[in-house]
Amino acid sequence: MLVLTILLPLLFGGLAFAFRSNLKRPWLLPIGGGLHLLATCLILLGQAPLRDGAWLGLDPLNKVVLAFLSVLFFLCSVYARGYLVGRPQQPNRIFIAALFAFLGMLTLAVEAQHLGLMWVAVEACTLSSAPLLYFNQNPRSLEATWKYLLIGSVGIALALLGSYFLAYSALHGGMSTSLFFPDLVREAPHLSHPWLRAAFILLFVGYGTKMGLAPMHTWKPDAYGEAPGLVGALLAGGLTTAAFLAVLRFFQICTAAHDVAFARGIMVTIGLFSMAVAAVFMVRQRDYKRMLAYSSVEHMGILVLGIGLGGLGVFGSLLHLVNNGLTKGVLFLAAANIHRAFGSKRVEDVSGAIRRLPVTGALFLAGFFAITGSPPFGPFFSEFTILRAAVVGGRFWVAGLFLIMLFVIFVGMSATVFAVVQGEPSEKAVASGYKDTAFTVGPIVAFLAIVLLLGVYVPPPLSQALHQAAGFIEGTP
Amino acid sequence: MHNLVGPLLVVVLLLNFFLLGTSRLQGVINASAMQGVLLGVLTLCVHEGLNVWIGLITLVTVLVKGVLIPGMLLRAIRDAAIRREIEPFIGFLPCLLFGALGTGASLIFARTLPLAKEHVGSLLVPAAMATVWTGFLVLTTRRKAINQVVGYLVLENGIYIMGLTLLHAMPFMVEMGVLLDLFVGIFVMGIILNHIRREFSSLDTAHLSALKE
Repeated sequence: MLVLTILLPLLFGGLAFAFRSNLKRPWLLPIGGGLHLLATCLILLGQAPLRDGAWLGLDPLNKVVLAFLSVLFFLCSVYARGYLVGRPQQPNRIFIAALFAFLGMLTLAVEAQHLGLMWVAVEACTLSSAPLLYFNQNPRSLEATWKYLLIGSVGIALALLGSYFLAYSALHGGMSTSLFFPDLVREAPHLSHPWLRAAFILLFVGYGTKMGLAPMHTWKPDAYGEAPGLVGALLAGGLTTAAFLAVLRFFQICTAAHDVAFARGIMVTIGLFSMAVAAVFMVRQRDYKRMLAYSSVEHMGILVLGIGLGGLGVFGSLLHLVNNGLTKGVLFLAAANIHRAFGSKRVEDVSGAIRRLPVTGALFLAGFFAITGSPPFGPFFSEFTILRAAVVGGRFWVAGLFLIMLFVIFVGMSATVFAVVQGEPSEKAVASGYKDTAFTVGPIVAFLAIVLLLGVYVPPPLSQALHQAAGFIEGTP
Repeated sequence: MHNLVGPLLVVVLLLNFFLLGTSRLQGVINASAMQGVLLGVLTLCVHEGLNVWIGLITLVTVLVKGVLIPGMLLRAIRDAAIRREIEPFIGFLPCLLFGALGTGASLIFARTLPLAKEHVGSLLVPAAMATVWTGFLVLTTRRKAINQVVGYLVLENGIYIMGLTLLHAMPFMVEMGVLLDLFVGIFVMGIILNHIRREFSSLDTAHLSALKE
């Protein structure tokens, strides 16, 4: 059954080559995305237990991630249909095939229970997303793709080296060298600690590069700035999440090996550093898509910070994973609509978005308030939980820095966002034929509705699943 | 066969220095190809006793790392008519110096790590680290896109050497994963290289500088 969630997207990717019409082909996306969501729901309701030695399987952690990714992709795929139909001259055959390949490999990365398989899947995600970045086929997107591939490949290479180190620590510990995650966690106390530490550092740097943590984030502003908005949403919510899941798995091994203090130290430091770097580059940022990229760097920092704080922070971090991913959907898709209407992503050329595109403009503004942690949206509660974890743990410096950085980012981001939203639209923008349609606005409304719901009320099944996942990571079921 | 491992790794390390000190692109590519072939032979030497899987891994390693990818890169430089790395971000001499320092450091560092008893005194772990470091240096200090790809290849070679320590224990899949990744990665990079050439009529990444803060 799990295999279905991987094969289905690949099948649809193949189908993309069978369609000739640039206008009909995009219909594949919502259909394929919808079927993937349906299959995921059926699997989650079915509750098949994890078998020992299975290559694919669901545990409390990846269950949550899989459900989230499937929703994210479905909403993005509905949007993609509207987006691609709005650009009929641009060939989209490879783009659609690559989108499906990306979904398939992402699902594989999430469901994989083996160290090597997960690595291969994350690598395949990187490769399949390269054509997505290069959709516009101009020198700037070429540059972004080159940097993305080069930095991403180095990151993934370091992750492989880290995987070898982890395997070596198992070899040295004299255990059966099975690289299945459940086995690694079970036998973690026997792992050789110097090798485990070296492995964790390499894996954290490697997968952290994919997450876009500072200082390995340099591909992110270019990639998110040049790619279509929906690709930005999928990378910021999807690829980074898969990489974060990998980091969580290694963190779990460190916890089980009773060698977690050092991993936590690294995570808190890098988390705060990422937030600081994002804050510096977001103040006076003149490009609203790059601004969103730095916002993604910031929130990746918040995620690892929460894990590093432990206890309540782990729950907060997992909740934030969902909240951030969905809010990024609102922001990237709305930014894409604005980009289409104004033909520029520079603040100098864009003003009065709310007059030119009343719905999209309002959604963009709401998304801004949500991502900066304003109540009543979801991110407020997850960030608040992480803050509480810092205070309860007596880490007042961390809590203070966290608050200061959130404030600076709020101020920095608001200057850019208000410049885009307020004022009068230019004549050129009014003359451009772009109009909001149900397909390009509906998914954004859906994203925002979920984010709002999660802020007001976290449904008990979700809350329970998140608590289980947090317990699973910390080894306290 | 096992006593060949040391000498072969020394040759790999010497090739690292050659890579760091050469400006001719053809020389750099050939050196990385030679490393690839050596890695294939090393696979045979590390594994006691021959079987089909090991033979296959060796064959694929030599073909991909020694023939296929270097061939692709050589064609790319012929098509783009470039010969030399003119002005790297850091000169060749300082680069060599850093490389030597890194190699020394990895020899010392590997000693502090607890090794399984079959690897005590073996050059595998330090050679792996030194080669990874060399790849990193080439990757970050050179301007030409081709050189950056070669740097990445050398980095992967180093990781492969580390993988050799696990040859007995590691499932076959991971081994193949490396090669597959390498192949597809370079394939995609090859396509992108082609696009860069068409777009800017050169393979100099200095042209790729429109995006910055």
